[in-house]
Amino acid sequence: MDSVRYDGERRGHRVPIALKILIAGGFGAGKTTLVSALSEVRPLQTEEILTGAGIDTDDISGVETKSTTTVAMDFGRITINDDLQLYLFGTPGQDRFWFLWDELAFGALGAVVLADTRRLADCFPSIDYFEQRGIPFVVGVNCFDDSRRFSLEAVRKALDLDPDVPMVLCDARDRQSGKTVLISLVEHVARQRGEPVPTA
Amino acid sequence: MRTDLPGPRHEWLDDDAGPVVRPYTLTGGRVHPSSDGFDLVAYVTAKPDPDLAAYPELHPEHRLLVELAGRGTPVVELAADLDLAVGVVRVLLGDLLSRGLVAVHQPPRATYLPDNDILKAVVDGLRAL
Ligand SMILES: Nc1nc2c(ncn2[C@@H]2O[C@H](COP(=O)(O)OP(=O)(O)OP(=O)(O)O)[C@@H](O)[C@H]2O)c(=O)[nH]1
Ligand SMILES: [Mg+2]
Repeated sequence: MDSVRYDGERRGHRVPIALKILIAGGFGAGKTTLVSALSEVRPLQTEEILTGAGIDTDDISGVETKSTTTVAMDFGRITINDDLQLYLFGTPGQDRFWFLWDELAFGALGAVVLADTRRLADCFPSIDYFEQRGIPFVVGVNCFDDSRRFSLEAVRKALDLDPDVPMVLCDARDRQSGKTVLISLVEHVARQRGEPVPTA
Repeated sequence: MRTDLPGPRHEWLDDDAGPVVRPYTLTGGRVHPSSDGFDLVAYVTAKPDPDLAAYPELHPEHRLLVELAGRGTPVVELAADLDLAVGVVRVLLGDLLSRGLVAVHQPPRATYLPDNDILKAVVDGLRAL
């Protein structure tokens, strides 16, 4: 998959590596907020087309009669250097968009699951998804002002998280806080590979 | 970017259109690119000095894609810039790829790459932000 599909002249241009990171969590958990806080450009949006299941791809008239709708995808960009960019993708919250999760998750470096302490159970499906696919993730416990402060240990227990899954308190509106979450994710990925990133 | 697009626009994507119908009109009903595998973050680079006049069958959107991909642009950014759904952009890119007008550089699968140096660079870069 990591091939150059057309070996045209690139005139000395190096193509950067783009790494995908998913921002998941339940409805209203702060996904869009976190992507916006971290992105170096205005929060970007694009959409993917949701087509009725079982579409017959060879039948053009069938395509035209199938009802379709679009799913908005939030994404943001962080340029690390000339050769390296991070792309953050907010996952769509609703179950019927799982197909889009598969596309987003393909080849992803890892994921941040935002947990809203007022509705912890809302992030169960996200956690299940990443656990089942073996995609490294960290849990960002989003501290909404009106929520009572949970201890991280209580949240870990409630989420039935593996002891090695990092948990970080965060405020999705705050860039520094978001950075901390991403750093903990990348360090977690490195640890999982047995090559921990030395702490600065 | 939206205002200076020559030619017909995709009227179905206006703000209050709600659910879209026939998003693939632009692609002649094709829902899959002639060659698949355009990852969201695959970089598309246009062939240098492409002779677009030789391809009268291409839509204005195709031409715009070639222009935008001049310096190398990921698929998802192309879609956002053109205000077209990613699925539509993939089909159009397939047309361009089959004519040799663009190159598609698939990202490394994160399971094989990035190596630890890259992860370290990411952490350092994030700390420095
Ligand atoms: N106090 C507080 N409010 C937050 C925080 N994160 C998000 N919010 C607010 O919560 C609301 C929902 O945040 P969004 O970022 O839209 O959540 P989302 O996960 O994208 O929501 P959906 O896409 O609808 O599932 C917004 O009004 C945010 O301003 C946080 O860390 N603290
Ligand atoms: Mg959102």
